[in-house]
Amino acid sequence: MSTASVPLPNWITYGLIPLLNLIVAFFISGLVVWWIGENPFTALRLLIEGALGRGDAIGFTLFYTTSFIFTGLSVAVAFHAGLFNIGSEGQAYIGGLGAALVALALDQYVPWYVTMPFAIMGAALFGAGWAFIPAWLQAKRGSHIVITTIMFNFIGAALMVYLLVNVLIVPGKMAPETRTFLPGGQLPKLDWLMALFGAKLGPAPFNVSFIIALVMCYLVWLLIWRTKLGYEMRTLGISPSAAVYAGIPYSRTVIIAMLISGGLAGMMALNPVMGASARLQVEFVGGAGFVGIAVSLMGRSHPVGIIFAALLFGILYQGGADLSFEMPNITREMIVVIQGLVILFAGALEYMFRPALVHVYQRFKRA
Amino acid sequence: MDFFDIVVSILGSTIRLSIPLLFTALAGLFSERAGIFDIGLEGKMLAAAFASACVAYITGNAWLGLLGGIGVSLVFSLIHGFASITNRGNQIVSGVALNFVAAGLTIVLGQAWFGQGGRTPQLTGEGRFAPIILPFVDVVRDVPIIGPLYANVISGNNILTYLAFAAVPLSWWVLFRTRFGLRLRAVGENPGAVDTAGISVTWLRYRAVLVAGFLCGFSGAYLAIAQSAAFIKDMSAGKGYIALAALIFAKWKPVPVMFACLLFGFLDAFANFMQGKAVPGIGEVPVQIFQALPYILTCILLAGFIGIAHPPKAGGVPYTKER
Repeated sequence: MSTASVPLPNWITYGLIPLLNLIVAFFISGLVVWWIGENPFTALRLLIEGALGRGDAIGFTLFYTTSFIFTGLSVAVAFHAGLFNIGSEGQAYIGGLGAALVALALDQYVPWYVTMPFAIMGAALFGAGWAFIPAWLQAKRGSHIVITTIMFNFIGAALMVYLLVNVLIVPGKMAPETRTFLPGGQLPKLDWLMALFGAKLGPAPFNVSFIIALVMCYLVWLLIWRTKLGYEMRTLGISPSAAVYAGIPYSRTVIIAMLISGGLAGMMALNPVMGASARLQVEFVGGAGFVGIAVSLMGRSHPVGIIFAALLFGILYQGGADLSFEMPNITREMIVVIQGLVILFAGALEYMFRPALVHVYQRFKRA
Repeated sequence: MDFFDIVVSILGSTIRLSIPLLFTALAGLFSERAGIFDIGLEGKMLAAAFASACVAYITGNAWLGLLGGIGVSLVFSLIHGFASITNRGNQIVSGVALNFVAAGLTIVLGQAWFGQGGRTPQLTGEGRFAPIILPFVDVVRDVPIIGPLYANVISGNNILTYLAFAAVPLSWWVLFRTRFGLRLRAVGENPGAVDTAGISVTWLRYRAVLVAGFLCGFSGAYLAIAQSAAFIKDMSAGKGYIALAALIFAKWKPVPVMFACLLFGFLDAFANFMQGKAVPGIGEVPVQIFQALPYILTCILLAGFIGIAHPPKAGGVPYTKER
């Protein structure tokens, strides 16, 4: 008998199965570390110390977490509507352009809290704009969203390099980046928040966009589970034909879901561009858009899950950077391996253990 | 350099830049025709490049290097098959995951084994595929037009280049003139019908992804031990995605795949040539336009503005036997 239709209690589906998948992913990562001749347990200890051991380490961890919350939400919103948005990376990149243009225009005249709302809008608008064409192509022309968003990542990267090298560059400078924003175009650090917990932030760029990210988590939860649009998106995600039969407009829902997804990805740019480097640089996204895929899969596309998954990846990114200093044999790219394994086991192989668990559960219940 | 020499030189590099695309796009062709989306082409190519460079360095033999590349690429294919065929997981998620694993693992292992920042040691002599000089090159070199084309474009490539072009008619023959090919295409359009006929959908799809892995092994080996003489980190640099674009651009057909790869290779070669040169009347054309052009063209095609690309009907849908 097939086990796919046997229902399992929620604590197994949402607790045990993801946990098992995660354990396997980390177990294999440990094997890789062991294979290259290092002790996986020492590596793990160094990684955790590097991520959470000092105030500035926690600051960096939370800085990465902020970016991953945004991109994780971006992937999750599209996922609820049954769309796989691989383009968060490119949308975040273009979103940075929106944020930077606002910061460059306003930073001389107004303080940061006036710039911030406009920058949020600018980033979200540009990110959504970059998601619009793939969304429209999917909705109206039936072009596969996965392929078009991959293409748009590359087109966006080419466009941004062109703009930074030829248009936005400071005349006379060599580095392809904009001028440094004045304090009016920067998001202040959250050192007071760290001080509340008795930790020193130091040079870590943990900033106000963390709070924006948490607000967005709440808004996404509200959207998906408490609004008509969210209901329509989820229906579309579960069964497009049922959604259309129920009178839910396909094209409109697809396009709106992708615009929101792109907007959230765009907002990610606030964190590195206005919160950390205070300028727009080439490749500032640095793969955060792709981490969003792992975060969303691990967090089961729920904002609370996404916060925890983003924190986990924040720890991996900061701890991994620290680890590569302590153990030069383990390069930073070890994080990319872990990320890939998490996506593989929490995503593509998510039901690998299900049949076995169904058998165990049924035997347990009968007994 | 006069105009004709420029043409010959651009055509020469067009061939060299198209070969990895061609192998990879043909790999995607087999997989996607059988209904398995393969975003992981990029990762397979990268992993194969790394493995072939390592084996070629250790053994000093390019052919063993190629075998090593194929072997690792097949392992990646099997994981993709296990996730997307056996476990009916999301094929795109699986492909994305494998791309990350390959991107990370090649650098981690490369650094741990060789300590050169993710590079493998330089290959010499038998460790890489050398250019082959075809017969009569010296005789015809001075013949106008045909001579330089024969000497610099057709001759002087390595064995993998000729194999890539041989793989095109071979793929066509396998897909459209053999029973295996007919069934493979059928399983990508209507797996239920294939199952009803008593043929195993699972085994057919596994064979398709294994063929894809086999071909990606060649493209990876080409990058590391034919075109270059070492593995350099992230050396596939998005070529797997360009190959995917070429596959779609060619509407999932073998001979058009070759022309699409040559076109995208030409764009790449032309962009390299145009770098820093001014066009009369327009000025310097930004090189990024040429870099983005394959992707833009593919999107326009996908939008249905240059004919319509029909993907295999059952593509991306896991096959469930029972209801």
